[in-house]
Amino acid sequence: MADDQKKTFVIKGIGVSPGIVIGRAYLFDRQDAQVPFYNLSGPGLISAEIQRFRKALRESEKQLLDLKNKLGDLGGGMEPLYIIDVHIMIMRDRKFIDRTLKNIREMSVNAEWAVRMTVDKYREIFDRMEDDYLRGRISDIQYAGQRIITNLAGKQRVSIDMGEGVVIIASDLSPADTAQLKIDKVLGFATDVGGKTSHTAIVARSIEIPAVLGLESITRVVRTNDDIIIDGSAGVVIVHPDPEIRKRYEERKRLYEKAQDDLLDYARLPAVTKDHYGVEIGGNIEFIEEIPSAVLHGADGIGLYRTEFIYINREQLPDEEDHLAHYRSVVGVKGLSWATIRTFDLGGDKFFPDKKPSRELNPQLGLRAIRFCLKEVALFKVQLRAILRASVLGKLRIMFPMISGIEEIREAKRIFTEVKNELLAKGTELGNDIEIGIMIEVPSAVIVAEELAKEVDFFSIGTNDLIQYVLAIDRINERVTYLYEPLHPAVLRLIKQVVDIGHKAGIRVAMCGEMAGEPAYTMILLGLELDELSMNPLAIPRVKKIIRGATLKESKALLKKVMTLSTTSEIRSFVGAEMRKRFPEDFPVNGP
Amino acid sequence: MHGVLDKDMVEIRTFEITNKLGIHARVAAKLVETANRFQAETFLEKDGVEVNGRSILGILTLYCPQGSRLTIRVVGVDSGEAIAAFAGLIEAKFGET
Repeated sequence: MADDQKKTFVIKGIGVSPGIVIGRAYLFDRQDAQVPFYNLSGPGLISAEIQRFRKALRESEKQLLDLKNKLGDLGGGMEPLYIIDVHIMIMRDRKFIDRTLKNIREMSVNAEWAVRMTVDKYREIFDRMEDDYLRGRISDIQYAGQRIITNLAGKQRVSIDMGEGVVIIASDLSPADTAQLKIDKVLGFATDVGGKTSHTAIVARSIEIPAVLGLESITRVVRTNDDIIIDGSAGVVIVHPDPEIRKRYEERKRLYEKAQDDLLDYARLPAVTKDHYGVEIGGNIEFIEEIPSAVLHGADGIGLYRTEFIYINREQLPDEEDHLAHYRSVVGVKGLSWATIRTFDLGGDKFFPDKKPSRELNPQLGLRAIRFCLKEVALFKVQLRAILRASVLGKLRIMFPMISGIEEIREAKRIFTEVKNELLAKGTELGNDIEIGIMIEVPSAVIVAEELAKEVDFFSIGTNDLIQYVLAIDRINERVTYLYEPLHPAVLRLIKQVVDIGHKAGIRVAMCGEMAGEPAYTMILLGLELDELSMNPLAIPRVKKIIRGATLKESKALLKKVMTLSTTSEIRSFVGAEMRKRFPEDFPVNGP
Repeated sequence: MHGVLDKDMVEIRTFEITNKLGIHARVAAKLVETANRFQAETFLEKDGVEVNGRSILGILTLYCPQGSRLTIRVVGVDSGEAIAAFAGLIEAKFGET
């Protein structure tokens, strides 16, 4: 096999699930280039071709009906099912069938080509539609067409020995697609489209296999059986790796797996310093599928459940039962002592699929989060009702985002109490130890923290947004990301202020921003005496390791020294040097 | 003796599509499902273009975003029930917002 003749190339995408896999590719969707398009060599072949088409149509319909039954059995929710009905209807559509037959007869082409032509004709029609959403529905027709074409290939398909497992390459994978895969044979995913919130990403993370999405052209350059490396942490895919690259990645994979194993040892242990100072460790999650990962990686509880994702990727707004179904998987879970649910934190424009461009110029500072909820009270109450109903399942904390002043928290609490009383009047059982807290992320909240502390049971510092607002940086503007600095003296002083005020008022102070999961900052955060650090579950073991290897005494000394420094670079190099000295294994000289 | 074009067997009504997403795939599927329940033939017309109500692609290509006015014509013995079924479906915004 002339492998060395195949050029090695690297494609960069979005790493959505960490890890490294070295394996063989399996191209899930057939590309156009692999589909035969030809003219029929004589009119006598037309009726046979028509028969082929009708047979493929019947097979496609049967497969979809089978799939519908299978998914119905899984009971995972009704969302994928209607799509299947739509595809079945497309395949039964008289116009679709007649057009294709006409193409075969009049143009004397093979069935694949005829189907492709029909789909393209519809594509032309849809391209003229102004409404983005309706125009996008062409994908359903393309999907139906693709299925028919795949069935036309029938037994001619390259038979894949999935053997020890393959890396799935596709342009995109729908829930229906992944439902069909032999998941135990899948070693990794690489797709053209998608990102962190794609269905494929969720599946990959929950079964802990590497995945890189958003590669744009992977399906064009990879063939089934090609050698491929997926680096899900770096977001890199290497096709036809030469022996040297292969060796390097085998080593990297070995190290990654060893680190994972080592670290998991720390997961089980409590986050207590050598001088017996304990910190609660929370997990930040977006999807309920991440709960097992939180437990596995040693979270004491859930410090942040981002509920926005219950609203995204849906056509209709989730109702109370939809919310409750999610919260049931998060509250009162075995292995997790508490769950902090943050109420909806997006803007109105994410809520309704963009129909009219009423885009805000500065969405970060616009009508979102608690502001949006206090305006759309009915919507807010749906979520609150579900949260309250879930409270009976275990220890629950509810957290309001983007609170900028006293009126907001009082109004939010008023509505919360109203909903609570409504439910109690109906005889609904509620938990009796629900805690109410707020995200400290808006600078004004830091300044009036003393008053805010009187209104709540806890604070949770959202450093991601706090740093952005305080330093006046747009986090997603590439030109200024270099200014985004958790170790900026202003940031550290604000955090200290919040913690001190919170403790003086007798409430808990947690941190749920990315900063909490950075081992390099752990000692500083220990010194600040935060009660809880909540982070991406994968970051927990490393942070616990640092905590267990440090003492509160040293951490406070470190913090004291840092607070005397006035520039970010001084602080950064000082902290860096200290961490390297104390934990040489975890902070190698070349950087983490 | 009733002729094919007996007035009793034809029902015509115009509706406004009020749900946010307009007539997208899921909605079109519900319309086709409804049309298939009756013996009567269903035709959907908008801006002078008419399509068969049993054709999901026909309905989708009719292109009805929110605010569109759609005329439904039903011809057949059970046209009365059919048009009522469509009316109910549309009034309920196809079960969406």
